[in-house]
Formats: sequence, structure tokens, C-alpha cells
Amino acid sequence: MMNTKKNPEIDMRTRIAWGVVLIVVGLLVLFLFAFSTEAGQVTKFGLNEAKGEAITIPDLLLPTQPTNYVLALILIAFGAFQLARGVKSTSTLVAVLAFSFVMAFLVWAARDKSFSLVGMLSSSVVRATPIALAALCGVISERAGVTNIGIEGTMLFAAQVSVIVGTTTHNLWIALLAAILTGAAVASLHAFLVIKFKVDQIISGTAVNILGAGVTSFVSSRFLEKNIDTLNNSGTLPAFAIPLLSKIPVLGPVLFDNTPIVYLTILLVAVLHVVLFYTPWGLRTRAVGEHPKAADTLGVNVYLMRYINVMIGGMFAGLGGAYFTVGSVGRFDEVMTAGKGFIGLAAMIFGKWTPIGAYTSSLIFGFADSLQVKLQILKVGIPPEFLLMAPYIVTMIVLTGVVGKAVAPAADGQPYEK
Amino acid sequence: MPVLELRGITKTFPGVKANQDIDLTLEKGEIHALLGENGAGKTTLMNILYGLYKPDKGEILINDQKVDIEGPNDAIARGIGMVHQHFMLVPVMTVTENVMLGNETTKSGVLLDREKVTQRIREISDRYGLEVDPNAYIKDLPVGIQQRVEIIKVLYRQADILILDEPTAVLTPQEVDGLFKIIHSLIDSGKSLIFITHKLKEVLHIANRITVLRLGQVVGSAIPGEVDEQKLAEMMVGREVNLVVEKKVAQPKEAVLKVKDLHVNDERGNPAVNGLNLDVHAGEVVGVAGVQGNGQTELVYALTGLLPLKSGTIHLNGKDIHKATPRQIIEQGVAHVPEDRQKHGLVLSFPLLDNMVLCTYYKPPFAKGVNMQDRVIAENGSMLVKQFDVRTPSIFVAASTLSGGNQQKVIVAREFSRPIKLLIASQPTRGLDVGSIEYIHSRIIEKRDEGTAVLVVSSELDEIIALSDRIAVMYRGKIVDILPAGATKEHLGLLMAGVKPEDIPDSAKKKSAGPVEKVF
Ligand SMILES: Nc1ncnc2c1ncn2[C@@H]1O[C@H](COP(=O)(O)OP(=O)(O)OP(=O)(O)O)[C@@H](O)[C@H]1O
Ligand SMILES: [Mg+2]
Repeated sequence: MMNTKKNPEIDMRTRIAWGVVLIVVGLLVLFLFAFSTEAGQVTKFGLNEAKGEAITIPDLLLPTQPTNYVLALILIAFGAFQLARGVKSTSTLVAVLAFSFVMAFLVWAARDKSFSLVGMLSSSVVRATPIALAALCGVISERAGVTNIGIEGTMLFAAQVSVIVGTTTHNLWIALLAAILTGAAVASLHAFLVIKFKVDQIISGTAVNILGAGVTSFVSSRFLEKNIDTLNNSGTLPAFAIPLLSKIPVLGPVLFDNTPIVYLTILLVAVLHVVLFYTPWGLRTRAVGEHPKAADTLGVNVYLMRYINVMIGGMFAGLGGAYFTVGSVGRFDEVMTAGKGFIGLAAMIFGKWTPIGAYTSSLIFGFADSLQVKLQILKVGIPPEFLLMAPYIVTMIVLTGVVGKAVAPAADGQPYEK
Repeated sequence: MPVLELRGITKTFPGVKANQDIDLTLEKGEIHALLGENGAGKTTLMNILYGLYKPDKGEILINDQKVDIEGPNDAIARGIGMVHQHFMLVPVMTVTENVMLGNETTKSGVLLDREKVTQRIREISDRYGLEVDPNAYIKDLPVGIQQRVEIIKVLYRQADILILDEPTAVLTPQEVDGLFKIIHSLIDSGKSLIFITHKLKEVLHIANRITVLRLGQVVGSAIPGEVDEQKLAEMMVGREVNLVVEKKVAQPKEAVLKVKDLHVNDERGNPAVNGLNLDVHAGEVVGVAGVQGNGQTELVYALTGLLPLKSGTIHLNGKDIHKATPRQIIEQGVAHVPEDRQKHGLVLSFPLLDNMVLCTYYKPPFAKGVNMQDRVIAENGSMLVKQFDVRTPSIFVAASTLSGGNQQKVIVAREFSRPIKLLIASQPTRGLDVGSIEYIHSRIIEKRDEGTAVLVVSSELDEIIALSDRIAVMYRGKIVDILPAGATKEHLGLLMAGVKPEDIPDSAKKKSAGPVEKVF
């Protein structure tokens, strides 16, 4: 009947569990990493990109073994403190745990080698982009009370349309626009089914996903593969460095030397944040997702708000779809979105249905993704199959464990009946 | 010249004639009370006026001008404002956000101007005595304050005609007094008001004119000076109503419920029940009196397994139930009529027949193994609807389409219809009409006489006095005193206000003469 039991016993149990986890991870760092290194080894983290920044800063040289000892000690000390007293904020614990473990792992994996930290961060931002766009799509739809799990399918449609349009028109901006419109169109279909006909939102979203994978794969194998040069070779949007800003060490190459879609995403995060929390439109959107009846009694058109927001969400997803083709490789491959739409939904939940939170979480997933790629290159001796799982494992851990009390909009997923 | 006139309003829902040819006028500066049984069509009529429903027939005149009200926007534009029976507030938003929603003020046309709205709210607060913190979140506010926010919402839109749909149902007596003050200041500033309630005393106290609805039709109107409660009750129900609960002296037997040194935290983790001791015996009604917010809600939640105990013990028929789940407690023979009927009492989207078996659906005769017995469940539903006089077109409609009072009857029907040893009733007659109150009270006494232990929690002192064999007064999470039936209101009132039992003057303890009377 009621599941908001707040139990001091459970509080204590989570506290102890956290303490134990921290200590165990600390010991893991000690045994797996610290003990398997030798005294003289050094890890080099590259802080410059090869392009020759205006100001170069020295690379970070870390003695492998001592660094691992220190990190293990931090983890164990934190765990012991947690057992004895306990910190309140879960995010602090997550941050300590994640940072220490990832750092220890990197220092160990790249021992005696040079590892470009900047390169990895910048690829994290790039890989986070489609996830973030999917997450923004989720944020705006669900804030208005409509669950959209069809983001994956929407992105596939948009990716394919944009590459075809790009190849035939030779204009990548038109391709981008086509992707956005495709996203809007697919989302409108979902909106129409769930708002007008009150079709179950999960079923409709799943239908969009199945349709997206099926139709694009069919078109791809039937037409695109045979006409690569006339249909499936659009070229990619060029990266351009923002003057001055791109010269800042570390931050410059990571954030300010990217393709338009990456910039656009960051811009959209900021715009959506302002719109949602500081404008009448946002206030109404949130009200419609929390308590549509209340909004209705104040003259807010619930259905219209939902239609438009789901459609705007579709545009985000469409842009995310374009990332895969005209934004990165310039051609369409079957099911090339590889679950990024679903990871985006996880990022939305982890980010507590806020644009900034969703983007931050997307960066974490992007980091996991690019880490996996880097590690394959470094040949750390972990089978690549396992490394490939990294982003998904992170997703699962995030969704099961550390999300805590993220509360979805109250009317999320529920059709509104007058 | 009336500010508002309704002519021949008719509205039919599938199977129900909710409004039939209703005429109603509202004069300027008038408080017009609308009375009627549960399901009589009061809320429907007001929803039509507010543009939420379209009438099948009939017209609306404002200041003698015929108007078309297509939706709430039109109603708001014509100066009509409504405080709904179930509040229409977004819990996770602030007072300011709730007030401006749909009618936002902006800076340079884009960004919300929260400061300006906050300022306006302060002005309205000052002018009408509606004190509220504009920056508080709705979910943190008690219902009395939430109601003020609803009124502010209406005034912010500069309404001249205010509709208050059962505004006093959820308020404590103190809050009701506050509301009446506010209503008077509204009238003084030239507004007109339609006031819906089931409490006849309030009607006689505050209204200028009374219109009574029954089965969707106007059955009469009256002026407060010329009628009394008895007469109004008869007009509403269409028969004579017994306003006094008739009962024999209780024959208490063994203790069914034993609570010792109970401590419970509320949902936010603050202590709400602090060392409470209470026994309830078979065959008696124990009433828990107290100003709302003194831990009554948490006490009931703890007894029914909805909140964990911090410490203490609860024994039911000698069995320790302090770790039991709600279902285990139900299976021990406990019935619960919850305070918040929409949240804990019903699955609003389920049809009535399913709501009628929420506690027993998995057991014979409603289930054979994993098979639900649809026919038995339907028969059960029809029987209970008839027995408890639930006004509904059929047992297959969703609980959400029922009027507020009829939703309450569904819960009572379900809980009373299975064999029980302990009945825990929280605000059992909130929002019910006089006829239904009479019925439910007599059923509670009937259960008592069958040997059920009954615990009644109510913020209506008159209800407590009418039903209880013993009255436990709760203050700051403790039972401060237990009085026998027939204790005076003054005595109870002082205890509820926190006066120590030993400091109560003898004059306050004197038994009032005459039969115990109830307020409706
Ligand atoms: N949306 C709806 N769909 C179907 N039937 C409805 C709907 N709303 C109300 N009704 C029916 O119309 C009748 C009148 O209901 P209404 O809510 O107006 O009663 P009320 O006088 O306000 O009662 P209460 O005092 O219990 O609130 C009831 O029989 C109810 O079941
Ligand atoms: Mg009503």
C-alpha cells in the first residue's frame, strides 16, 4: 500500500554496506593493482593533444605503485569511517569510490606507458553526445508525463534518413534538418497513439523500437548496401575549433574542438534547463507531468502541452540519430545506435529528470565507453568482450544501486482522462 | 440583479442523471449554500459552471448576460473561481508556482517573474488574512494551509464568484473558524460565494440562502433563520433522519488490542507518537480525540502496518504484530477505514467490484487457486452496493467516477463485510451526507454489539462523543487522559489544547444535560 517506509534500521544497514563495499574495493586495489606492480614503474598521463596548443602544460607523471597504495588507503580509510560514523550524501560516496577505483585502475593499466588523458576525456564528451540527446528527449517527454522508450528506434530512423538526404543533396545541414524532422515525425506518431488513443506507452515505445530496427535494416540491406555512393556516403560534419577557448589547456581540446552536434547538445542542455525551470512553458510542462488535472483546471491544455513536448523530444532524438551518421562516420550501418537510446534513458533517471543531471550522467556513460576503447588499445590483458560490456555494466550498476531516491514525475506514463 | 444565474442545467453521465433542469441564482455579496446527499450532483453542477464539463442543456448568465463557458479559461476570464473538493495543487511545486500556473507573469516576456507573483501573494494574504509562505512547497504544508493556497489561486485570478466545494471536510474546527473569517472578509470586499458542505450547523451559521439538491434535482430552498438541522436533513435525504446515535451501554470483554509504550516516526522521520499506551476491548468503541497532527495518523499507520515502529509493542489478540505486514494484519481480522480514501483506500482506476474485494480477492470464495471467480466477485459487488446504498450506475464503473462520499461508502462496505475482530476507522464519515453518517454510525455500533473492538479516530469532536464508550485524548503523540462516555466538550477541548488533566477545573467536567448531539 505504501512504500515510503523510512526505516532507521535500513539506514544503518545501507551505511554498513557502503563501508564494507569501500573496504573491499580498497583491498581489491591493493591486491590486484598495487601488488602486481614493481617499485620503479611510472605511469604517464598525457595532458596535451598532439595538435600543439598555445600553452602546453607538462604531462602528469605518477609513480605507479605508491599511487595505487595511496588510493587503496583512501578507499579503506573512507570505508572504515563509514562503518564507524558515516557520511550522509550518497553522491560523495559514489564519487570517492568511482574516482579512486578508476584512477587506480588507469594508473595500473598504463604502467610503463603513456596514456593520453585529454584524448580520452575528449572522446568521452563525443561519445556522451548521442546518449545525452536521447536523455534530453526522455527528460522533456517524461516531464510532460509521457514515457518514451522508443528513442532507440527514433534515432535509427533519423540516422538513416539523414545519411540518405545528405548523400543525395550533398548538403549536411539539410541532412541534419532532415534528421530532426524525422525525429519529430516518429515522436508525433508515438504521441498520437498514446495521447489520442491511450495506447499503453511502453507498448507504443516498443513498437517504435521494433519498427525502427526492422525498417532501417531492411532499407539498408535492400538499398543502401547496393548503392553506397549514391545513397550511403554523406561525409561528415567538420569539427571546428572555437577561437581562443580551444587554446585553454586540457579544457580546450576536450570541449572546444568538436563537431557542431556536440556544441549543439551542450547548448540544448542549457536552453532546456532555462526553459524547464524559468519559463511559463516549463512550468506548465512540469505541471502537466505531475498533476495534469490541476493544470487542466487552470486552463492549461494538457493534451497540447504533451503533444508538443513529445515532439520536441523527438527532435532531440533525431539530432542524436544524426550524430551516428553525418555526425561521425558518414554512412549508415544496421542497428548502429547499439542501445544508446536506452542508455540515454538510464542517464535521464540517474540525472533525476533534469537536463544538467542527464548531461552529467551521459558524460559518465561516455567515459565508460571511451575507457573501454582505450583499454583495448592498451592491451591490458582483459578480454575485449568484457571491456565492451563496460558501458552497459555501468548502466546496470547505476540503475540498481546508486540512483537512490530519484522520483519520476508523478503522472509519468499515465494517460490523462478529463 | 443576480451576478450569476443558472437556467435548466442538465447533465447525464452514462447511466446517471447527475443534473436535471437545475435553476440557481447567486446575488451579489451572497453566501449561497448548496446542500445534498452524496452523489446528488453538487460537484457536477459546479464543474459545469467552471467549464470542466459541458452541460447537455441549459444556460449560464453572468450579470444578466448569457455566456458560453467552453473551458476553465472562459470561467476564469468571467471571474469565476473554484476550490475543488479534492485539491488541485502540484505537491512538488512551491506555493508561488502553483498560484501562477496557467496565468504566469514574466520578465521581458520570457522568464517567470517569481518575485512579482510572490509580492502579489503577500498582498492577497494581507488583505484577506490568508497567511501562507509563498516559497514553501505544497507537499510540506498541512491541508488547512493548502486550502488557503487554493483560495489565493482563485483571488490571484481576480475572481468575483467563488465556488468552495466542501472546503471544511478536511479542516480542524480551528481551521474552520479561520476559513469563516476569510469568507467574511471576501464578502465584505464585494465577492459572492457558493459554498458546498454536508455540515448542517455550518450552513445555518454562515449561509444567506440554502438550495438543496437530491438525485440531480433542486428539491427546495430555505433561509437559515426559518429552518433547523432536522428540517434540512429531511429535505436532503427525503425522509426523517435520526440525528442522535442510539446505543445501549457497552459490554466490554477481553482486550483485543494492546499497545504499550509505542514510538513511531512520521514519514519524514520526525517523532510523531511518543510512548503511547492504549487498550481496546472487544465490544467497546474507543474514540481518539485530538487536534489533527498530534500523531493520530501515525498511530493508525503503525497499527495497520503502514509505518514501522521505532519501539514499543502492539498485541492483537495476544499476538505480537509489531513486524507484521499490512496483509498479515488484515488476516488477523483487522479492518481499516483510512483517513485518505483516494490514497490508501481505493484503487481509483479499478471498477467498484474489484475495489470491494481488495482485502480478500486471493481467498475463496473469490479465488479458486489462481483463478479469480468473476461471478462471485460481481455478486459480492452488487450486494454491497445495494446494502450500503452506494450511488453508482453500475458495479463496473471505475471508483474514480463516484462522488467523494460514495467512494467512502465503498471502503466502508468492503471493510465491514468480512469477519473482523478490530475495526480501525480514521475519519470514517469525512465528506458524507447526514443520511450516510447515520447509517455508518449505526453500523459501527452494530459491529461493537457483535463483539468487535472499535477504534475511531476523528477530528469531529461530536462524532467522537456520539460514538465512543471511552474517549482517549491524544496530545503530542501521547494519550494524555482517557475519559468515560459523556465527557463534556469543554473538558475534551481543554485536554486537546494541552492542558494537564490535573489542571482541568471541575466546572469544565460537568456533564451536559440532555442526549448527546451530533454535528453534521
Ligand atoms: N466523470 C464522471 N463520469 C461518470 N459519472 C460521474 C462522473 N462524475 C460524477 N459522476 C456521477 O454523477 C453523480 C453526481 O456526482 P457529484 O460528484 O456531482 O456528486 P456530489 O453531490 O458532489 O456528491 P459528494 O457530496 O459525495 O461529493 C454521481 O452519481 C456520480 O457517480
Ligand atoms: Mg462532490
